Amino acid sequence: MAGDDQGGREGTPASSQRSQHLTRTLPLPQPSRDNAEFYAAAARGELRFQRCTPCLRFRHYPRPVCPYCLSRDFTWEPSSGRGAVYTWTIVRGPTLPAFEDRLPYNVVDVLMDEGVHFQSELLDCPPEEIHAGMRVEATFVLVTDDVTLVKFRRGA
Amino acid sequence: MRSESTIRDKAAIAGIGQTRFAKSLGMSEYEMAVEAIFAACEDAGISPREIDGLVRYDMEQTDEEQLLSVLGNPLLRFFAGTAWGGGGSASVLVVAASAIASGMAETVLVFRSRARGKQSSYGKDPKQGGRYWEKLATSLPGLNQWHVPQGLVSAFQEMAMISMRHRIDYGTTDDHYADVAIAFREHAMRNPNAVMRAPMTRADHHASRMIADPLRLFDCNIETDGAVAFIVTTTERARDLRQPPAVILSGAMAAGSHHIRLSTLFERSWEEDSPVRVAKQLYEMAGVKPREIGAAFFYDFFTSLVIIGLEQYGFAPRGEGGPFAADGGLSWQGGRLPCNTNGGQLSEAFIHGFNNTSEAVRQIRGTSTSQVEGCDLVLVAGGNTDPTGAVILRRL
Repeated sequence: MAGDDQGGREGTPASSQRSQHLTRTLPLPQPSRDNAEFYAAAARGELRFQRCTPCLRFRHYPRPVCPYCLSRDFTWEPSSGRGAVYTWTIVRGPTLPAFEDRLPYNVVDVLMDEGVHFQSELLDCPPEEIHAGMRVEATFVLVTDDVTLVKFRRGA
Repeated sequence: MRSESTIRDKAAIAGIGQTRFAKSLGMSEYEMAVEAIFAACEDAGISPREIDGLVRYDMEQTDEEQLLSVLGNPLLRFFAGTAWGGGGSASVLVVAASAIASGMAETVLVFRSRARGKQSSYGKDPKQGGRYWEKLATSLPGLNQWHVPQGLVSAFQEMAMISMRHRIDYGTTDDHYADVAIAFREHAMRNPNAVMRAPMTRADHHASRMIADPLRLFDCNIETDGAVAFIVTTTERARDLRQPPAVILSGAMAAGSHHIRLSTLFERSWEEDSPVRVAKQLYEMAGVKPREIGAAFFYDFFTSLVIIGLEQYGFAPRGEGGPFAADGGLSWQGGRLPCNTNGGQLSEAFIHGFNNTSEAVRQIRGTSTSQVEGCDLVLVAGGNTDPTGAVILRRL
């Protein structure tokens, strides 16, 4: 749960002239009615997705209508937290100053067992070991007092 | 689709104009826009006062209010913006043609001005512009909130993930990427307007630094200053103007596959992806097959997306865009499909696709520095993201 490597602080400017135009602090979600449940669950260490009541399909990102059946009835259901790497990149820079001290870092697209895609970071995994189909599971990283981000670790 | 009610053959590009292209021009986007617009009017042989319609990107920073007085206060009666970034680089022509076909305007200005060079974006006196992603707020509304806090901050990283998946599915390689980069560099070396004119070898490509795996520096578009403008008018009027018209044979737009931000792209089928839908609409309206296209201009923000575009627009079977580009497949001379004969955004300049459209018009006029023989039909595709659009241009 430690946020040591999560960059939740002022980034180190690469060059002062360049950085004065750039975002220096970690960009974070802006609270809204659509996302409140997701982040409240994450703060409790739970990954939850919206699930359509009539057609039972999960969806992510959160939105008020099911894109498949157009129903507005849904619940927030717990995810298994498990999935497989669908694609990824290793960011080697440039990037925002908030992330510069972490370069190189990965971003993964995980196909969750519930059928939704989720973009995140795979923690404690060297770039050369990431591969398509790799099993991963969700973990939770507190980045500020108010925001917990969902990350991943190698899993079953 | 081939009825009087479509934009088929109703409008033509009658004038093209541009500034110089360079890493830094020391000009504002406003100044560059004005220079390109006057050049386009001069090329067409019209006065700026004859403009009665205007179409631009909705992200364009030089707006109608700034422009009208310096164009002699033309009596604008139609104006519109298209979403979103490079995906809209051909949609602007579709919108202009729609306005002309419906009689809402007769002479439509279409332009893009960008200060993207490092000096312009980061210098002591920035000339506007710069990169969208570097100006992201620290509190993110909308879809950005789902990936930017994870470190996925820019289009090139998103496109890297799409490119990686294409490699996983189809075995596309670094060599295929190099085939695209080298072909376009060879075109740029023949084009005096191009910013990057040094020869590039396969080894040079593979030695360039990795930016976001699997994309290297030489897989990415260059960053430049410059502006490009077009005068689009009725096909009838274009016939009487100074230049041979590049008639807009067909045009199409599509939205909804959510490429940008990757939000739900991977949950969609190939056929649902916006560029694939655009291609279908485009060929139907034109009544032509991909094999009849003489030259194509893909939105080459990344080599890998050109390869994917070859598949989306029906030139190569799905998954075989890489082999299609190999062995000089995209070369102006002897290629399977001559592409981006100006050097594209990889090597000529990055004016959000508009410089590729100018070159498409030159191919129709027969004035390219890498002129394709018998080039009667030219495809111009907007960024193959979402939303997107494309046009087919033809000789009169």
